[in-house]
Formats: sequence, C-alpha cells, structure tokens
Amino acid sequence: MSSNLPSDPSRRGALKCLAFGGVGTVFVLAGGILAPVDLALAASGQDPSVASGVPLFLQISDSHIGFNKEANPDVAGTLKQTIDFVNAMPIKPELTIHTGDITHLSKAEEFDLAAQLMSGLNITELHTVPGEHDVTDGTGTEYFSRFGKASDNKGYYSFDHNGVHFIGLVNVMHFKPNGLGGLGDDQLAWLENDLKGRSSSTPIVVFAHMPMWTIYEPWGWGTGDAGQAMSYLKRFGSVTVLNGHIHQIVSKVEGNITFHTARSTAYPQPTAGNGPGPGPLKVASDQLPRMLGVTSIKIVRHPIKATLADTTLV
Amino acid sequence: MLTTTLRRAFLVSLGVGMLMAASANFSVAQAQEPNAVVLKNFMFSPMSLTIKAGSTVTWKNLDGEPHTVVNDSGLFRSSALDQNDTYKYTFDKPGVYKIFCGIHPNMKETITVQ
Repeated sequence: MSSNLPSDPSRRGALKCLAFGGVGTVFVLAGGILAPVDLALAASGQDPSVASGVPLFLQISDSHIGFNKEANPDVAGTLKQTIDFVNAMPIKPELTIHTGDITHLSKAEEFDLAAQLMSGLNITELHTVPGEHDVTDGTGTEYFSRFGKASDNKGYYSFDHNGVHFIGLVNVMHFKPNGLGGLGDDQLAWLENDLKGRSSSTPIVVFAHMPMWTIYEPWGWGTGDAGQAMSYLKRFGSVTVLNGHIHQIVSKVEGNITFHTARSTAYPQPTAGNGPGPGPLKVASDQLPRMLGVTSIKIVRHPIKATLADTTLV
Repeated sequence: MLTTTLRRAFLVSLGVGMLMAASANFSVAQAQEPNAVVLKNFMFSPMSLTIKAGSTVTWKNLDGEPHTVVNDSGLFRSSALDQNDTYKYTFDKPGVYKIFCGIHPNMKETITVQ
C-alpha cells in the first residue's frame, strides 16, 4: 500500500465521488466546514462519524406535477422513480419533507395526482410547504385544502421529531412586484416566539421553498426578510436550512447555519443568470436523471452536526 | 354544359378559399394590435401600453414556464397561464395600472388607460 494514498476518509471519498461522476455526495458538516464523502461509504457505515447518525428525514422538492413540456414530458414518471429509489434505500429516513412546487399550475387534478404518487412512499410522515407554483391563485385554495391542517391554514408551523426542532416557513405568498420571496411580519413574529426559550443546543431544521439567502436577485432567488429570521436562529448550535425552487444544488455555510437547496424531481433549471430566466432547462434525455434527485439528512448529537446526502436518480 | 358547371363550382370554391384567406389575414392583423401583450423570455412585451377606456387587453404567454397577470392593487389576477394560454381584461376606468407576474415578480408592465 502506497503511503501516498490519502488516509483521510473524507478525501478518499471525494476522489471516489469524482470517479463515479458525482452520482452521490454526502456533505458532512463538522466545525463549520463542509467536506464531501462518498455516499456508498456512508451507506455501508464504514465511516463511524457518518454511521453514528440516525437517518432522520428525506427532502423531495419541485415535483411540478402537471408540467408536460420537452424538458421532461413525464414528471409523474420521474417522481415515481424517485419514490421507488427511496423505497429501495437500505436505511430509510423516518419522515419526508416536500419543499414545494408540488404542482406546476396549482390545479386540483395536479394535487390529486401528486398525492396519489406520494402515497406510494414507504415513509408514513409527510410534511410540506408551498411553492409559488402551488399558490398561483394568490390564496392557495387547493394547497391549503389539502395541506393546511398542520399549520391551521397559515402554511408555517413547527414540530419536534427525535429531539430536533423542525420549522416550515412560507416565503411564496404575497409577492411584491420586483421582489424576492418574503416571510412577512406576522410569520417573523411567530418564528421569534416559536424559538423563544428553546435551548441553543436543540438542533434546528428550517424548510421553505425559496432560498433563504440571496443567490441571484434578478431572478428572485432569495427571501427579502430572511435576515430577520436568521437573527433569531444564529444562537443555535446547529441550524440546517433546506430550500428548493432553483432545481439545482447550491450550498452555503454561515456560522452554525448550513443553507442548502435541493434538486428537483422534474427538470433542471439554468445556473444563475444563464439565459433569459429561471425556466425549464432542456438537457439530453440520458442526462436528465443525473440532474434530478433527493436529499437525505442525518443529525448527529455528540458532537452536534448535520449530514446532507444528495442523490441523483441514476 | 358539364364543363361550365364544373368551372362555376371551381370559381365558387376559389372564392370561398379567398374569403377564408382574407379572414385569416384579418385575425393575424388583430393579434398585432396594440392591445395585445405577449409574455416571452420572462418579460412583458410591450412593457408599457396606452389604451382607451373600455378597451380589452389580451395577454398571451409564449414561455414554457407559466406566468400570471396580476394587478398590484388587486383589481384582477389571471390563473397560471401555461404556454400559449391567454387572459383578457377590460379596462373601464382611466388610470395607470401596474401589472406583474405573481410567479416571477421581477416581470412588470404598466398600462395607461386614457
């Protein structure tokens, strides 16, 4: 065995990942530094720092049921493929979060098909937040009639699972012309109150559709008043902020806060500023499943850290 | 005799064809009227429009991504327009109306009603 081989498992994993063409990457957050580790290694439990984490939940995003253009004429098929992939996972997360744009045009029949498909998930607990495509009527009638119960029809709510505090936020309602996404004063006051009195050692997971930091303002890829929300969150030792909306992975770490956007299960979008706007990106059909996928998240308690694994459909 | 009848029938059908062509031209001309707005490449085109009170504006989305037509003061709001879907609104009162897309709020236009 050559002594030149990297002994650090995360570096070895990174090299393996490159060899597999980026099929799956685990981001281990330790001490505020993101280090990529090979997904197969994580799943096999060879890396003790990853294996000790409980697979807590899964993030699905931007299924856009109802979309039928050339970028992906069969979005129901790719969502089903995603669900089959999850059901075949050796270690299944306990709950699923859909970070919005469940449907493409907020139509009742689109919601019905999405619900029917997602009922095939072998995970019993499903949590959602709306995307702007789910509330195009301005009030989100179809969305709230199906998913409003958890939040008393506000859309934003919190719950605890395995000692982790989960917070679902809505940043796609009441858009202002020229604006980014927004939370609004009522929701911010609710958030401040929801976090008050909680121990800073509680791991926090925040999920919302639009990115909670400004990735690209001309395309509205951000949330105008997210800074206010972050000021309530920054005292916590581990905060994971999960978003969708941009149909591609973009990550950022700021102090103890990790920001991460997920892939879509429907179609990719161009990188920021590349083209006239954030519309469906047509890619070669064999490339499409490599640009769609899910994110699974583990939370380790001692020391506290979150592990994010992004996996594509092939 | 037979030849004449056939020729007459031919002329009649030619005439109908010309009429249809003329009406097709007419509808093309209508689509280019100043009261038509297209949504293309994540922009309203034109971005500003001046019309007379009582006029109807027709918006048509040409993008593969849906858009909505929303008045910022809440006067009207289209449903999500998929590619080639249209929406119409009749402006009865003079004034300046600001419009944006409820899905992509950076898309804006102003309609002035005289």
